[in-house]
Amino acid sequence: MIRIRTRLFILHVLVLTLLVVLAVRLWQVQVVRGQEFVTRAAETRTRTVIVPAVRGQILDSSGRPLVRNQTSLVVSVDRTALLRTPDRGVGVLRKLGAVLGKPLKELQERIRPCGPTVSQPCWTGSPYQPVPIEEKANTREALQILERQEEFPGITAEIQSVRQYPLGRAGAQMLGYLQPVTEAELEKREGLKAAYSGVDLAGRDGLEQVYDEALRGKSGQRRVQVDRMGKPIGLEQEVRPVSGDHLITSIDAGLQEVTERALHRAMKSAPRADGGAAVVLDARTGRVLALASAPGYDPEIWAGGITAGAYQRLMSEKSGKPLVSRAINGQFAPGSTFKVSSVAAMLRAGYPIDGQYGCPGSYMVGDRAFNNFRGIGLGTLTLHTALVKSCDTIFYRAAYEQYLRDGGRNPKKTVKEVFANTARGFGFGSPTGVDLPGESAGRIPDRAWKKEMWTLTSATNCKRAQTGYPEVTDRARAEFLKRLAHENCTEGFVLRPGDSANFSIGQGDVLVTPLQLARAYAALVSDGKLRSPRIGWARVRPDGTVVETYDVPVVGKLPINEKERVYIKNALSEVASDGTAAGAFSGFPMDKVRIGGKTGTAEVWGKADTSWFASFAPTKNPRFVVVAMISQGGMGSQAAAPAVREIYEGIYGIKRPAVLPGGRPVDVLPVFRPDGTVARG
Amino acid sequence: MTDGAVTRGRRSFARRAVGAQSPVWRLDGVLLVAVAALCVIGTLLVWSSTRTWAPGATGLVKKHVLNLLIGTGLFVVTTAVDHRAMRAYSPLVYLLSVIGLVLVITPLGATINGSHSWILLGGGFAVQPSEFAKLGLTLMLAMLLAQPADSGERPRNLDVVIALVLSALTIGLVMAQPDLGTALVLGVIVVGALVISGVRKRWIALLGLAAGAGVFAVFAFQMLEPYQVARFTAFVDPGVDPRGVGYNSTQSLIAIGSGQVFGKGLFEGGQTTGRFVPEQHTDFIFTVAGEEFGFLGSVTIVLLLGVVLLRGLKIARRCDDRFGTLAAGTIVCWFAFQTFINIGMTIGIMPITGLPLPFVSYGGTATFANLIAVGLLQSIRIREQSFT
Repeated sequence: MIRIRTRLFILHVLVLTLLVVLAVRLWQVQVVRGQEFVTRAAETRTRTVIVPAVRGQILDSSGRPLVRNQTSLVVSVDRTALLRTPDRGVGVLRKLGAVLGKPLKELQERIRPCGPTVSQPCWTGSPYQPVPIEEKANTREALQILERQEEFPGITAEIQSVRQYPLGRAGAQMLGYLQPVTEAELEKREGLKAAYSGVDLAGRDGLEQVYDEALRGKSGQRRVQVDRMGKPIGLEQEVRPVSGDHLITSIDAGLQEVTERALHRAMKSAPRADGGAAVVLDARTGRVLALASAPGYDPEIWAGGITAGAYQRLMSEKSGKPLVSRAINGQFAPGSTFKVSSVAAMLRAGYPIDGQYGCPGSYMVGDRAFNNFRGIGLGTLTLHTALVKSCDTIFYRAAYEQYLRDGGRNPKKTVKEVFANTARGFGFGSPTGVDLPGESAGRIPDRAWKKEMWTLTSATNCKRAQTGYPEVTDRARAEFLKRLAHENCTEGFVLRPGDSANFSIGQGDVLVTPLQLARAYAALVSDGKLRSPRIGWARVRPDGTVVETYDVPVVGKLPINEKERVYIKNALSEVASDGTAAGAFSGFPMDKVRIGGKTGTAEVWGKADTSWFASFAPTKNPRFVVVAMISQGGMGSQAAAPAVREIYEGIYGIKRPAVLPGGRPVDVLPVFRPDGTVARG
Repeated sequence: MTDGAVTRGRRSFARRAVGAQSPVWRLDGVLLVAVAALCVIGTLLVWSSTRTWAPGATGLVKKHVLNLLIGTGLFVVTTAVDHRAMRAYSPLVYLLSVIGLVLVITPLGATINGSHSWILLGGGFAVQPSEFAKLGLTLMLAMLLAQPADSGERPRNLDVVIALVLSALTIGLVMAQPDLGTALVLGVIVVGALVISGVRKRWIALLGLAAGAGVFAVFAFQMLEPYQVARFTAFVDPGVDPRGVGYNSTQSLIAIGSGQVFGKGLFEGGQTTGRFVPEQHTDFIFTVAGEEFGFLGSVTIVLLLGVVLLRGLKIARRCDDRFGTLAAGTIVCWFAFQTFINIGMTIGIMPITGLPLPFVSYGGTATFANLIAVGLLQSIRIREQSFT
């Protein structure tokens, strides 16, 4: 029994030891490290859910929505949860595809994160954030997913608001689109991380981008208690989201649609047309009333991530790059519409305003003959008639004379470059500063530009002058290219006489955007002040309180006096009735509203002509400036002028109901009722 | 036990209960109070951990109370029965437990919560023969190893061999389920019984060698299920996969640690309410205590269990017959091991093993077996001359 007592004693000691071990460890876990585990418990028990703010709407000048929100059932995929399943989510996605009627491959592509080697379709947002995969799920689909959560780990269906476009394709490039904020953007911009959450979308392109800060609002936060399945079981803290402000624009929805239709019809009428734009400005205020670009696209394809096919189509050369707004990015030679600047330049150079100028069929610029249109001489003309009949030789001569005065091929130390500088005074060669992103500047080919181009290209040209073009099979063509390369190599920096002549009639290297031309004409026919056009008019809270109105800044003054401005304007007033556009406007009730303007037909090497018409109405005290441009549309009177005519018919209600009754754009901001709806009239 | 034993027990109990010499006064009151307190605390914890999801909120806690009532009945009966009579029936109890284990392997066995250790009785009731096997083996070993000692000698080698063979049978059947945790408890019971019985040190050495070889074989022949290997890996390094195999140990540490000194209060534990720790009302019930009652509460539970163990040891020491000493000592080994492993795994000092916490965890069969074992301790206690 002694032995047993000893062994029981050992057991006693062992039991006491184990008890002490447990107690000491409990002390360590609960008392010493207790606070640490309290923190970790809070982390595992609560989830912070970002509640996206409702994005503000983009409204037209009478409060009609151009972009609005629509609530819809959005199905999202949480990649992190998906990757935790045994087959890395393939089974779940296949099942999801069956419910939504989408192929597995498409779903896989949509949720993979974008990277240097992974391009669209892919997910640009944070890899830790659920990827919306179906923006318009119906209730049946959503229920199938929500009721069988155990079969769909990481898949959620919630009500979210998505962008909707009541006008469809109209103004798509101007309105822009939304995409998730990328990781890179979050890293790059200080303070952005606080403002954006994983679920937030940022405006890309167009008004959505420029007015992103106003439209975005502030997202809210819900801290919820969850159980181990992530199911919310209680609300701990809530910061409500602040809805974004609405952007009221000066766009008129009706006019925008008329403009889009007119542009579309003009594109169809010209068989080779590959792009076009139409701009309607309020000549007195400088506000944009309509801005259209063709080809267009349906902006709703961006909603919920773009599919592979849709993205490829958008980017392809064949679809004509519908994302590019020709109104602000289309750079084309302006043709005769540019002559308003050239007339002004002649007056600046001292040519008398009431002088008589010969308009021969042909004029020798240096050693080369430059012809009038179809080589027809028009006798002796005033500048007025030169504009109406669109004589070229008068401008060739003046431009050549000024060229020689600056020293010709061997320029003086200080050159006046009257034609180029006057064009700058009309706002060409620099962006208009419109409230849209990525606007093009156009180009004024003066001596400095020539020199710059030469330094950039001379190395290649000089090499080609030596080696020739052995890869070109046509021997005559190869020879021509070699001579050209030689010429560009040795004297590419020289502004040649022909360059100056071409410039004076808006041909050659000069490039302008439709919006630049429109605002130049707006200045010409209103008060001579050059404005930076604005689409945004006011930022208002959802309850209608005006936060800010956006003024149209005056950025310059035309380099002509009032008498000269009225003289040019009056000349243009006859173009539609008696001049080059008379055909396009035959039958138009000029007695009711008189249209003024200028046609332009710009030659493009290897392509059909660019068709322009820059116009204003009414000629007495003009209110509207309408510019249309059809790339490869042919003559100005053929494609562009009919489009402009159709727009005016829409504005004034000729053969159809007027979109702007009385020919007056809306000039007071729409008033909101307390419930957020718009009180019209 | 047979009808005869019960009737005889009742009769003697009734006769003795009346007088001032009533054996009721000779019960170990401290042990009684400690076990009762553990059962009450266990009921609260089961309630707290099941109220959010059990049918009608109290469905499981009601069943737990019913189990405790049945268990109390079994306790009273066992206390009343003279443990020396129990000794005679030990082979029968052992045989019944082995039959139960065999039935589990036959198609009568059922799998509940991933462990194939149940026999369904119908009406929503089920028993776990492996829990009774602890009891059966304890009695059988005590009987076998106590025989020669009555004549004051060490257990004979033949008895030791027979004891080992019978133990191997039970452990083998439990391993076949497979239930590693219970098999370990049974192993501890065998070692405990042999050591206490006073076998020669060479037997102890041999047993140690066998245990070492067993562990080696388990790993060498990959007898462990992958999840068991994973649990062990997670124990060695909980950071390996905090969302996967390390999840249980991480979450239970968080729950217990976040209780701090005073706890969050009954029903106030967020980790418990959110069911972050799996098996909260059974194997991981201690996490509920840790979170809601804090350090003070969990140490109280450890102390109460300590009281049970120390009282058990005292009973073993004071007992003047070998069977009683062996039975009581082995029961202490069983409870001590299960307590240490269970609490140890929730606070990250033991690997995760599916063992309930005695008197506290939910689970009918385990409750019955534990209370019968306490009944046995009391039965031994009230019949010892040295206590009077």
